[in-house]
Amino acid sequence: MQAASTPLAAWLVILPVLLPLFGGALLIAGAGRTLRPTAFAVLVTLLTGVVDAVLLRHVLVGGPLAMTMGRWLPPFGISFAADALGAGFALLAALVTACVLVYRAGGSDAPAAEARCLALVLVLLAGVDGGFLTGDLFNLYVWFELILIASFGLLVVGGTPLTVDATVKYGLLNFVATSLFLAALGLIYGALGTLNMADIIHAAGSADPAVMAGIGVLLAVALGTKAAAFPLNAWLPASYHAPSAAISGLLGGLLTKVGAYALLRTLILVLPAEGRFLHPALAIVGGATLLLGPLGAIATADLRRAVGFLLIGGIGSIVAGLALANPAGIAGAVVYVVNAMLTITALYLVAGLLEARAGSRDSLRMGGLYVSSPLLSALFIVLVLTIAGLPPSLGFWPKLLLLQAAIDLGSVGRAVGGDPFAQLLALCLLLNALLTLLAGARLWSRVFWRPAPEPAGDPVLVPAAVMPWAIGATTVLTTLVLVAGLWPGPILELGRAAAAGLLDPGGYIRAVGLGPWP
Amino acid sequence: MNVAFALLAGAFLAAAIFLLLSRSLVRVLLGLVVLGNAINLLILVAGRLSSVTPPILGAPAAAHGVANPLPQALILTAIVIGFGLVTFMIVLVWRALGASGIDDSDAMRLAEPDLPPTAPADY
Repeated sequence: MQAASTPLAAWLVILPVLLPLFGGALLIAGAGRTLRPTAFAVLVTLLTGVVDAVLLRHVLVGGPLAMTMGRWLPPFGISFAADALGAGFALLAALVTACVLVYRAGGSDAPAAEARCLALVLVLLAGVDGGFLTGDLFNLYVWFELILIASFGLLVVGGTPLTVDATVKYGLLNFVATSLFLAALGLIYGALGTLNMADIIHAAGSADPAVMAGIGVLLAVALGTKAAAFPLNAWLPASYHAPSAAISGLLGGLLTKVGAYALLRTLILVLPAEGRFLHPALAIVGGATLLLGPLGAIATADLRRAVGFLLIGGIGSIVAGLALANPAGIAGAVVYVVNAMLTITALYLVAGLLEARAGSRDSLRMGGLYVSSPLLSALFIVLVLTIAGLPPSLGFWPKLLLLQAAIDLGSVGRAVGGDPFAQLLALCLLLNALLTLLAGARLWSRVFWRPAPEPAGDPVLVPAAVMPWAIGATTVLTTLVLVAGLWPGPILELGRAAAAGLLDPGGYIRAVGLGPWP
Repeated sequence: MNVAFALLAGAFLAAAIFLLLSRSLVRVLLGLVVLGNAINLLILVAGRLSSVTPPILGAPAAAHGVANPLPQALILTAIVIGFGLVTFMIVLVWRALGASGIDDSDAMRLAEPDLPPTAPADY
């Protein structure tokens, strides 16, 4: 047992999980009685965001912050540890969730059903924040399962044959992925005798490299499925377009990013030797994901399915940063996650508004929307250009960092000689930008530019006349993407700080209360 | 005993993978259940089977010669979570089968319609 009491600042680490969790519980308990469940949920989310911002500032100024539950000494108790990576992503998650909640504010659901759905959103946020801030691998598994059960509920809400079909595919593949993650944890415990991340960093050095390599592969497969990296991405285009656009945006913005975060955390910080061992495999997976994502988007007519494929292409950028694993590469991957959380969510939200306008999900049956909604066409083109990574946009900066990293590692003039995998990744990153631009421009011209096809309108989706909240939330999110692209300093700084923290685990280990070891 | 349990965990895992690769959703569900048990066994073996003495210490006693309690705690957590998720999946698959009436995952194409490729004709 620790003698000293927990310092007040350390409570900041756990508050981003507790606030939405209790908020969700209150919503369930008060379902039907609460007059304004949406306002309450937005308030809880914004409060979480404020705590995240304070935590991030604390971490950027004073280094990682940790708290161990039950005041058991660190390797035994469950640790929560926030560094720039976790705190930054948690802040973004709260921001994105708040926008999505405002987006669905004008919905026509009964208050009780609405409160239950909002409770699931808050529990999802709690799970995502828990994943970002935990310092214990088994605890990370528990947060993964919490995210999974909340997302099941959100996906299947309404229970139409389409959503049931999508949830079966999403559920089965993600369940298998978390089970494999659990198997990897069992093996880590068997090999090292600990599941505390900071403790594993120390213990992994003296373990049998063959066993650790096997564990690394298992982790990469499990978390790669969670992140939807090719060839483990099949569940994503089968499910994300099925629920309402707000839920699509929330899942698209948050879930795969938790998988990407866990990959960064485990293969760069916790088990760096296994990350290096997987370098060729990660480079090939990253390159293939970069190319096949936008190609899928080109081949798809369903608007939100196409956005899902663009999301997958972006995951390729993150895996590329993971494979390059030098400071610029990891900073690029971190900045890309920030970019994708904002941009992909916004794109799903715009797609939802377009579907409501056109009365169809199918981009082939939309058309001529430029006349009726010039604002949406502007938002859509800004987001498409951001995902493709055109220069003044937010998507350009991570691509620049990744290209720098790839060219640096791949240059023939270097002492080690050019790394062929880095050269491959540089090529794939550039091709990805071209293909994404092609896919986005095709969608834009189909939906907005060409004349409307004759039998317009589909009885499945009722066009909503005015949706001030939804349009407002989407505009705010897109403006944020635009401003962040023009003024990328703080986000690049966050990326560099996160990369430095991942590559040099000293501060993280000391914050948890372990080391320096003799 | 560790070797026997390790082999058993491997056999469970093989059975789970065989079932998970089936096109029938009911078999896939059974595969999920077996997979969960395979991994629980794996965690138990990873913690080393050393003793059958329960790790409940009354007075401050020497803590050697008792079973390792940590894998048991991990497995208990995993069982509880797995139970919840499997229950949900069973209801979900039941609904999905009720809607289509065919127990064949290849025939489930509502979310991924098998459309012919469209020509990039008119913009």
